[in-house]
Amino acid sequence: MGKESMEYDVVIVGGGPSGLATAIKLKQLDSKLNVCLLEKASEIGAHILSGNVFETRALDELLPNWKELNSPIKTKVSKEKFLFLGKTKSLSWPTWLLPKVQQNHNNYIISLANLCRWLAEQAEALGVEIFPGFPASEILYHEDGSVKGVATQDMGIDKEGNQKDSFEPGIELLGKVTVFAEGCRGHLGKQLIEKFKLSKDKDPQQYGIGFKEIWEIEDKNHEEGMVMHTAGWPLDNSTYGGSFMYHAENKQVFLGYVIGLDYKNPYLSPFDEFQRFKTHPAIRKIISGGKRISYGARALIEGGLQSLPKMFMPGALLVGCDAGTLNMPKIKGSHTAMKSGMIAAETIIENIRENKDLSIYEEKFKKSWVYKELHSARNVKPSFSWGLILGIIFTGIDQILFRGKLPFTLRHKHADHETLKPASEMPKIDYPKYDNVITFDKTSSVYLTGTNHTDNQPVHLKLKDPNLPISYTLEKFDEPAQRYCPAGVYEVQREDDINKFVINSQNCIHCKTCDIKEPSQNITWVTPEGGGGPKYGNM
Amino acid sequence: MKILVAVKRVIDYNVQIRVKEDGSGIVTDNVKMSTNPPDDNAIEEAVKIKEAGKATEVVAVTVGEEKAQETVRKALAVGADRGIHVKADGIIEPLAVSKILQKIVDKEKPDLVFMGKQAIDDDCNQTGQMLSSLLDWPQATFASKINVKDRKLEVVREIDEGLETIEIATPAIVTCDLRLNEPRYASLPNIMKAKKKPIEQLNASDLGVDVVPKIQQIKVEEPPKRKAGIKVSSVAELVQKLKNEAKVI
Repeated sequence: MGKESMEYDVVIVGGGPSGLATAIKLKQLDSKLNVCLLEKASEIGAHILSGNVFETRALDELLPNWKELNSPIKTKVSKEKFLFLGKTKSLSWPTWLLPKVQQNHNNYIISLANLCRWLAEQAEALGVEIFPGFPASEILYHEDGSVKGVATQDMGIDKEGNQKDSFEPGIELLGKVTVFAEGCRGHLGKQLIEKFKLSKDKDPQQYGIGFKEIWEIEDKNHEEGMVMHTAGWPLDNSTYGGSFMYHAENKQVFLGYVIGLDYKNPYLSPFDEFQRFKTHPAIRKIISGGKRISYGARALIEGGLQSLPKMFMPGALLVGCDAGTLNMPKIKGSHTAMKSGMIAAETIIENIRENKDLSIYEEKFKKSWVYKELHSARNVKPSFSWGLILGIIFTGIDQILFRGKLPFTLRHKHADHETLKPASEMPKIDYPKYDNVITFDKTSSVYLTGTNHTDNQPVHLKLKDPNLPISYTLEKFDEPAQRYCPAGVYEVQREDDINKFVINSQNCIHCKTCDIKEPSQNITWVTPEGGGGPKYGNM
Repeated sequence: MKILVAVKRVIDYNVQIRVKEDGSGIVTDNVKMSTNPPDDNAIEEAVKIKEAGKATEVVAVTVGEEKAQETVRKALAVGADRGIHVKADGIIEPLAVSKILQKIVDKEKPDLVFMGKQAIDDDCNQTGQMLSSLLDWPQATFASKINVKDRKLEVVREIDEGLETIEIATPAIVTCDLRLNEPRYASLPNIMKAKKKPIEQLNASDLGVDVVPKIQQIKVEEPPKRKAGIKVSSVAELVQKLKNEAKVI
């Protein structure tokens, strides 16, 4: 089947911070390069979701004059708080006792989606061709097995896989080098990691699910520039997670919750933990009288250096969290993602001009500050497998006394899909009812994401074994997809005494949690028709 | 034959509309914008007519702020030949738009003017009709089927009672309904080609059209929230509530 093809010097898959930084750096180094960037969202930024407290280090290097370029980086962090939450009480932890990596006074509260929109403008001004609404759905290989490029998704296919009248075939985009920048659990990155065994001798990757809501709150409760994090309630000692609340401009707060996907109880519902968290007096008092205006969720990388795969292979590079460059104790990944893309750009230039092997990416990466950061951060997340309290004590010793220089590395022992215990061994969790003031159900939440997928298209959440959810997962784990999915995509419906597994794929907000947490790895997320998914504003 | 198609940039139909806190309008910052859906049908129909060899040129025109150009660019990516962007900021009412379109028609001399039946942002459903009046051209509104004949159009209209088939002489205005066709996707190579197609930029003031709103918008507010339902325990209670509370029987 001959698809039309287009040749570029570099093809970039994904318009987040890493992909856009790669594109900008490439054009800065050589303005004659032909660079194109594909994005599955209907516009750049529409699938971006992040806290975000932004460290400008990578941007300072990439676009030193960003302050003069009308960038959406305006709100400097002015105040910080860290709270330990009990059920009704809260204990404020003095900022000076926080590890240095968790101090934010030089950072900015931003919307990463808006930053990406702005970066895309900079990239386009440099001549990068950006194509939103075109998901890369397939990796193309040369005969020698090296990566040749990607193919975009066919448009206009019906549920049964037939061509509709509006059928528009995908096209092949071929690059001397292809850069995969899909973000956490990219569906092509996942294939590459497997095919080229990039995770050999590495620990299994660790993930979290992050929720975010934007609230417009009352003036008296708003402190622009304030950054607050919490640990503790409503999670128990053995579940890894915490919250963030960032007071941004225009009386908005960015409120969110992250839960490690290595949780054990299949009855745990990350969504409901987040909703319940908002009812804590310390949180409720800030958002009371306010209005929730946005909602979203996205999986994120937590594995750090131990789980970071090799980032190069013949013909292609992985950048940002498609590999996994997030700095967990810092709770930041945008600056490291951008820097990894900038190093990738330097590598590609040397590859194209001097015919140097793409493996120099690894050497360059190891010499960079990203590696140093990730190295000193490496022991924090694994220490929390001992529980919150021991984790905090260890992290204090590791980060404050030794500044991440302890002479050993803790390992991640299990992949997140292996950690669930059988439902029969775990307590059910009784979540409070939604009050529609502070807490909301999934349906009204997903409504705020603007999510839509053209109807009459193939389901983009593929089951390897269509019977497994009912025959095994429901039986053993009470089908946790009903709870870990933040958008209510998965339901078990009972009809005439027969259980049926329903996939409402049109609700999917592209967070990838199912692809990660499904205990038998039975669900595979693939790209839906271009432009589908959420339409996030300033997330 | 030349077809002029008017397109409008509106908030994407998937986005939940938010009213500004002070009631002065709706929030448009950081909101995904798209082409007004029935305008996509209008472009698609014009391109189809051209592909059938019955038209020689399709020109897309929009009125609006700087970024409204994206809407013209999208029309070019699905087959329009060139574009016109008339710059004007703020709320531009249907009367002003139709006066601008009248000037464009004087200049371009198209045989047909297509546009969506109404825009999903203000739901006015007036521009086509006003333009028809200003030009003194026949109009066919809510078109769900268009058959181009020699100097005539046969148009099937969607009306409350069903479908109405009419015949009008060209030049004419047609406003398009969603069932007219299924708009095509812009392919990647066509998006690239569209970047090279010309878009002429004009200012509303250069055309001598006054775009100052004639209607004063007093307040915008959200529709009241629906109250949760209740369960009644007996038919008697239901009747009693319908009688005394709802006062419908």
